Amino acid sequence: MGPYLLRRLLIAVPSLLGISVVLFTVLALAPGDPFEELATNPNVPAEVRVMLRAKFGLDDPVWQRYFRWLAAMLQGDWGFSFISRVDVDTLILQRVPVTLAVIGLSQLLALAIALPVGIISATRPYSVFDQIANTLAFIGFSLPTFFTGLLLILLFSIKLDWLPFVFRADISATGWQWWWENIKQSIMPVMVLGLFQGASWTRYVRSAVLDVIRLDHVTTARSKGLPERTVIMKHVVRNALIPVVTLVALQMPAVFGGAIVTEQIFRIPGIGSLLIDAILRNDTPVIMAVTFVFACLVIFFNLIADLLYGWLDPRISYR
Amino acid sequence: MNEKQLRTLIEHVREGSLPRREFVKRLAAVGLTAPMATQLLMHSGVAIAQTPAFTYKPTKRGGGGPLKVLWWQGATNLQPHFANGTKDQEGSRIFYESLAHWDGEGNMVPVLAAEVPTRANGGLSADGRSVTWKLKRNVTWHDGQPFTADDCVFTWEYARDPATAAITSGVYKDVKVEKIDSHTVRVVFPKPTPFFATTFVAAEGMIIPKHVFGPYAGAKSREAPNNLKPIGTGPYKFVDFKPGDMVRGELNPNYHMPNRPYFDTIEMKGGGDAVSAARAVLQTGEYDYAWNLQVEDEVLKRLEAGGKGRAHIVPSGDIEFIQLNPTDPVTEVDGERSSIKTKHFAFSDPAVREAMSLLADRKSIQDFIYGRTGTATSNFLNNPSRYRSPNTKMEFNVDKANALLEAAGWKKGSDGIREKGGKKLRFVYQTSVNALRQKEQAVVKQAAQKAGIDLELKSVTASVFFSSDVANTDTYGKFYADMQMYTTTMTQPDPERFMDQYVSWEISSKLNKWLGRNICRYNNPEYDRLFRAAEAELDPVKRTAMFIQMNDLPVKDFAIIPLISRPRVRGANLRLQTQLTGFDLDFSQLQDWYREASVG
Repeated sequence: MGPYLLRRLLIAVPSLLGISVVLFTVLALAPGDPFEELATNPNVPAEVRVMLRAKFGLDDPVWQRYFRWLAAMLQGDWGFSFISRVDVDTLILQRVPVTLAVIGLSQLLALAIALPVGIISATRPYSVFDQIANTLAFIGFSLPTFFTGLLLILLFSIKLDWLPFVFRADISATGWQWWWENIKQSIMPVMVLGLFQGASWTRYVRSAVLDVIRLDHVTTARSKGLPERTVIMKHVVRNALIPVVTLVALQMPAVFGGAIVTEQIFRIPGIGSLLIDAILRNDTPVIMAVTFVFACLVIFFNLIADLLYGWLDPRISYR
Repeated sequence: MNEKQLRTLIEHVREGSLPRREFVKRLAAVGLTAPMATQLLMHSGVAIAQTPAFTYKPTKRGGGGPLKVLWWQGATNLQPHFANGTKDQEGSRIFYESLAHWDGEGNMVPVLAAEVPTRANGGLSADGRSVTWKLKRNVTWHDGQPFTADDCVFTWEYARDPATAAITSGVYKDVKVEKIDSHTVRVVFPKPTPFFATTFVAAEGMIIPKHVFGPYAGAKSREAPNNLKPIGTGPYKFVDFKPGDMVRGELNPNYHMPNRPYFDTIEMKGGGDAVSAARAVLQTGEYDYAWNLQVEDEVLKRLEAGGKGRAHIVPSGDIEFIQLNPTDPVTEVDGERSSIKTKHFAFSDPAVREAMSLLADRKSIQDFIYGRTGTATSNFLNNPSRYRSPNTKMEFNVDKANALLEAAGWKKGSDGIREKGGKKLRFVYQTSVNALRQKEQAVVKQAAQKAGIDLELKSVTASVFFSSDVANTDTYGKFYADMQMYTTTMTQPDPERFMDQYVSWEISSKLNKWLGRNICRYNNPEYDRLFRAAEAELDPVKRTAMFIQMNDLPVKDFAIIPLISRPRVRGANLRLQTQLTGFDLDFSQLQDWYREASVG
């Protein structure tokens, strides 16, 4: 496994460089100007805009800007936002806790739904439970998150007035009060994202378990007289979970990317909304930093998924 | 209205036979803002009535709890001189203040100034070249240091320095600020300037502390840590800031006005969209105030039925209008299209332009699209009733348009579209992506079809349309279309900055990288002459009369078609008492906001 790991890490470096070049070029070619809001303000003289562009080096050729960015990145300077005039890493770090909390919780919720429902559906295929679970799963991942989000807001915030629908990242209460406030405002976004994700994972778990359940060794275990529960948990699930684990590992970078639509609806200050705001305002340093980190995470988690798969399944060997 | 009529009106106000409010209203009818009207009066030495339109009820400082406001475009930085748009200026206004601000009636309200400078108290010089401001005493910055004239002088030097690249530099670079004593400053203008209230007033005039920003002037300005941790003189002290998301402040116990502020804390939350912001204030009452509810009136009415809040419609100088391109957007000359060297095949014919203006159904647009949030107008900065010609009224007449076109030789072809000399009346009509705007386009297209004009509707995403990107062909500055529509904002009460949109030296072209303000390429020597004369005119009454004359020219020529006067729409909790104005920031009188104990 050692040489395999080394080889993968070595390949990762040019992949990342290639990704960064593509990203940077696309952003440079995209229309739009970070200072366009100043353009519509008649009080701002045109020279100020020209000077701001020169100050941030926006008029230099693309390759020059790219190398400047690369050099800074390697030294740990993630850049300076044109719009907020703040270091980009400050911006990102401000949003990481909320993103991890809300999006992370939703992934856990999705797992908590998908595993039991998927396993039970698979062990009783085509039963009533299975039919219902399948239908709900299809509905779940067909309905877009902005729709379910708005439905929940209309129901819980407006009709019933139980839950607030504007997310506040800093609640000034302490202790139980703080936890209670946070739970109340997080329930809806976590449900929206968790149910959406859980719906598709239920289907995966179900098919993975179905694949294993019809194998010979399961029949052997049953005929040995083991209780059904042990057969399922020890022999079926452990084998069936291998592809599911790798699937979940590949989903991990999405936690960092946030959930752009849900964040907009509930006004959650996560990294997704930071990215979309930066794109709309052409704030290149922020876009580069966030997408580059996302690319790194994707490559990293891909590697983890591959290693995990090899470790869990002794039939796989590395070459 | 000419100069003589203006002077007569002013005399009537002085005598007392014409109430000031009436004077302001009359001038608004000819397109002049309330602050302009009050400035005229002040210059003529007419005493300002001290009747406050608003009584501040709370009798002690604090105790009001939290004030929660929603800005669906969140503030991204808190330095007023680096602000990207009004949202950042609003965020800064929570902590910083200017010497004076405008209120809803266009009166100047002194905030950091001890009094409003007038001719009577010696604040305004007779030659119109300088203003002397007396500063309030016993004002301290949030960190306890005293506020003095040094801070004003520093703010001026900071903003005018090109190395700082402050966006407010336009206001400070041509003036000179002198310190007279520790609490008096004098602003000296290079030319006689009747409208003096640009320096140190309103959104561009927020004063920053010298002892904090001094070491970071010029090229080092972006490194100042206090760019993100404001220290001002305002009613609230800084607590926390997350760019694009949340601004938090707490009550300033040493605030210089008694019994203010009412609220203990303030939270300005950003993000989301206008509709959910309206919902949060009007329907669920989760928030007390929301900015810029660009929502259809029907939706607003339904939300208001919840009984928790209501929409405030505040008149302002913003105008939604259509520009007709006098140049050819298709032919390329010297590397640019829509060049002043070309002529439009149809819009160079005044009959076509006039017909087009008759096809804009302003009333329907107001009734069915904007509702309370827009007022139909044929006023750009001018009054329709002054015209001899009947066409400049708010007229919507398809038959008349048909007759005009017929008479000018544009005959309907077999497909129903008019043509002359082989050229069909087929136009590209562009605007930004915005639900209301697309509906407006549809209304105009329908009417135009009845007159035999075919309009191709084009919409460009707002961040591209309003950008100044030289490489992009879809910006409004390029105007590579036959007609375009957008709202031009009057960010300053003085019309001079608004009227330079029609002078020939500001024509947007390749030479000035399409940054020129005259986007509709209007070229009229009479207009230029009047503008130059108004710039040099010392007498404010004569100058105002000239502006009124200038106002008529582009509308009389049908170079533009004004559609809707756009007031500001804000949402507030029923019990929240605010002081909103259309001539300054929403927060211009933030210190006076309070909550009633009960409605009524």
